[in-house]
Amino acid sequence: MMWLIFALAFWAGAWALNAALARSRWRDTRVVRIAVPVLFGVTLLVLWEGMVRGLGVSPVILPAPSVVAQTFAASTETLWEDFRQTVLKGALTGFAIGASAALLTSVAIDRSAFLTRGLLPIGNFVAALPIIGIAPILVSWFGFDWQSKAAVVVVMVFFPILVNTVQGLRETDAMQRDLMRTYAAGYWHTLLKLRLPAAMPFIFNGLKIATTLALIGAIVAEYFGSPTRGMGFRISTGVGSLSIDLVWAEIAVAALAGTAFYSLVALAERAVTFWHPSQRRR
Amino acid sequence: MNETIIDAQGLDLTFQTNDGPVHALKDVSLTIGKGDFVSFIGPSGCGKTTFLRCIAGLETPTGGSLSVNGMTPDEARRKRAYGYVFQAAGLYPWRTIAKNVKLPLEIMGFSREEQERRADRVLELVDLKGFGAKYPWQLSGGMQQRASIARALAFDAGILLMDEPFGALDEIVRDHLNEQLLALWARTEKTIGFVTHSIPEAVYLSTRIVVMSPRPGRITDVIESPLPKERPLDIRDTPEFLDVAHRVREGLRAGHAYDG
Amino acid sequence: MRAALPVLTVLAAILLLWYLAVAPMNIRGALDLAERSGRAVTPETPLARQDVSVWRLMAQNPGQIAAAYELDRPRLPTPQQVGGELWKTTGEMALRGRAMSKRSLIYHAAVTLRSTLWGFVLGTALGILGAVAIVYSRVVDMSLMPWAIISQTIPIVALAPMIIVLSSQLGIEGRGVPKAIIAAYLCYFPVLVGMVKGLRAPAPSQLDLLQTYSASGLQVFLKLRLPSSVPYLFTSLKIGIAASLVGTIVGELPTGAISGLGARILIGDQFGTPLAIWAALLAAALMAGALVTLLDLLQRITLKRMGMQA
Ligand SMILES: Nc1ncnc2c1ncn2[C@@H]1O[C@H](COP(=O)(O)OP(=O)(O)OP(=O)(O)O)[C@@H](O)[C@H]1O
Ligand SMILES: [Mg+2]
Repeated sequence: MMWLIFALAFWAGAWALNAALARSRWRDTRVVRIAVPVLFGVTLLVLWEGMVRGLGVSPVILPAPSVVAQTFAASTETLWEDFRQTVLKGALTGFAIGASAALLTSVAIDRSAFLTRGLLPIGNFVAALPIIGIAPILVSWFGFDWQSKAAVVVVMVFFPILVNTVQGLRETDAMQRDLMRTYAAGYWHTLLKLRLPAAMPFIFNGLKIATTLALIGAIVAEYFGSPTRGMGFRISTGVGSLSIDLVWAEIAVAALAGTAFYSLVALAERAVTFWHPSQRRR
Repeated sequence: MNETIIDAQGLDLTFQTNDGPVHALKDVSLTIGKGDFVSFIGPSGCGKTTFLRCIAGLETPTGGSLSVNGMTPDEARRKRAYGYVFQAAGLYPWRTIAKNVKLPLEIMGFSREEQERRADRVLELVDLKGFGAKYPWQLSGGMQQRASIARALAFDAGILLMDEPFGALDEIVRDHLNEQLLALWARTEKTIGFVTHSIPEAVYLSTRIVVMSPRPGRITDVIESPLPKERPLDIRDTPEFLDVAHRVREGLRAGHAYDG
Repeated sequence: MRAALPVLTVLAAILLLWYLAVAPMNIRGALDLAERSGRAVTPETPLARQDVSVWRLMAQNPGQIAAAYELDRPRLPTPQQVGGELWKTTGEMALRGRAMSKRSLIYHAAVTLRSTLWGFVLGTALGILGAVAIVYSRVVDMSLMPWAIISQTIPIVALAPMIIVLSSQLGIEGRGVPKAIIAAYLCYFPVLVGMVKGLRAPAPSQLDLLQTYSASGLQVFLKLRLPSSVPYLFTSLKIGIAASLVGTIVGELPTGAISGLGARILIGDQFGTPLAIWAALLAAALMAGALVTLLDLLQRITLKRMGMQA
């Protein structure tokens, strides 16, 4: 009971502090901008811990964050092995292949207005489909190891990046194209100096969507068969054998990996498209 | 007259649009000599931009003949005979001002040192020395437009085509840029085609003012300016200046009467 | 018509490539089958064939290529086979009055659709409420928005088995609820982002105008912010419903569910009946297409009524 009351009190206090910070005159400083969401996150964790302890929830149902943290620390070796198998081999390889293929395809089909008009609606449609369902097929084609996971990721990331890139390559305005014509610039000059840079915000939009899809694809594909390592493997066997704390540790790894991957792409975006109005600092 | 640079005879251009043909240029004949500063003035839609784009080889006339430096406009475009300044500055936001100015030089294959040298020179010419490392969005509208002029000057084409380059700027900045443009023209002896909506601007800058009128777009009057080449800003208060301005206004009015 | 021609051409090209790929994909299976039924194939044993490329196999056994297009358990079925299987498990069963039998894809599609729609409704409601809170409260904006973004970088599939275990432990009957939760998790984010954009779309001058009428906060919301957000809302709803379907199918995949399109995929995998997987995939694709098209239609009608689109 004490725990429950403490958690609720912490929550109320943190919220009041956040509200005060958001109204204070430092509200636009970097520190406050980071402190407020961090405090909110900590509050959620404290609430979770308090609920589990206060209500005496069985660790087989929902372990407390502190228990998950202990398991995390105790099984770093397993977690690292799974991370390498699923994220580094499956997701990142697939992401790299899929993204390069999508970029090259976009540039290739972009030369033909006919192809573009034909592929764009289809690409848009396919990007909205539950492509994840092909995982079992690709696992049966490419085997249990990471290659089949990478294949699933390739297919999943291909269409969102393709659609965004093709769209972006068409984003230049008539005046910018005319300017290149007054220089008698050829196809490659126009592509490299005008159209690709102008398309970058769109390309990064596709890449950011693809980061999440890549991890989802790599994990789900493991539910359909994998060697005895990998995050998806560990989660599905962990649920079966009631080692729920390890499952939550894997979830934490997945969350960290997903956030880190996304942040990396977002950082690259910031560096490349610093000129875009949405990225300029005030 | 001095050597002919641009020669248009009986030029016609009809756009096929969804609501039928638009006669943008009809029987336009004009010769522009080396070192001329020719302004085009006329109501909206009378084909000023279209004519300039024809000269630049960006639009293909449907009739008549047009030569630039004795070549077809398209050949002249491929020989990079002119610099074009659009109504909006149109700088690439991902390039610094200096890199924007170097864009045509990169495409035309100038060496790195030459690019540096020329960028420095033209940025100085338009009074933007020291702003090379800035990005376009960090500059005012007038500075951006000057940068776009520098970009058009960078590769030393003999002809400068400008489509309402100062249209979006306020009077003061505009006066200042007009003065600078005249000085630049005097120094470089370029041939300039200049579209504007402002009578004082046209009179102040030009050696010749071409008055156009719409539907169909055509030339209704060509006024030779008696003003000397040396023109301080206050020349705009002299009787000669006002007289030319008056004739331009009359010409514009006549075009309208014909239209109505 | 001008818009349809390129699309149809590309579709035709894709189908053609698909057909062409079937032979190399299935030739090994076809040869194994032929060998077992006693026909002569070169090389003679599966082991010997293992190191020979599919192109050589096709060249050496031209008589068996046709069989590659008619396998019962193909590695890659022909479009025809997939269509046939889909018809067999939908239209044909419906004609025999067994549309809702457990072997009918219509039944499974209905199960998936139900969770998808629940997830969609739940996710949309959360998204809209969240957006209103974010637009009107600075604290919520500052504390919630970063976490909303982070929540989407977390691969939900890692959580899916846990959500299912948790809800069954909490005594929630049936698999519909956890699937709907996963669907809502994927659906709420695009709605939230779109609505925040939409509610903030009015220009300061438009807001100032209402200020001069001294309109109340509620009036500003109802007369300006809400209407301006409608185009954004529909665009996000289309993304949201597609995400919701993905979420439902993800929720059906890893958990030993027995009904739903995702479960059909799982079962097809476990029992080695690839045609069932492909038919379920096609059904899911058709469902996604239908749902998005429906929302698109709704968008057009609504925006036309509101005078926002010709
Ligand atoms: N690409 C095009 N397609 C169809 N019609 C065009 C096109 N470009 C110009 N026109 C038409 O040709 C006519 C002349 O246009 P132009 O742009 O040359 O006018 P302008 O004199 O430059 O006008 P403004 O002063 O407004 O810039 C107009 O009626 C315009 O609608
Ligand atoms: Mg114009």
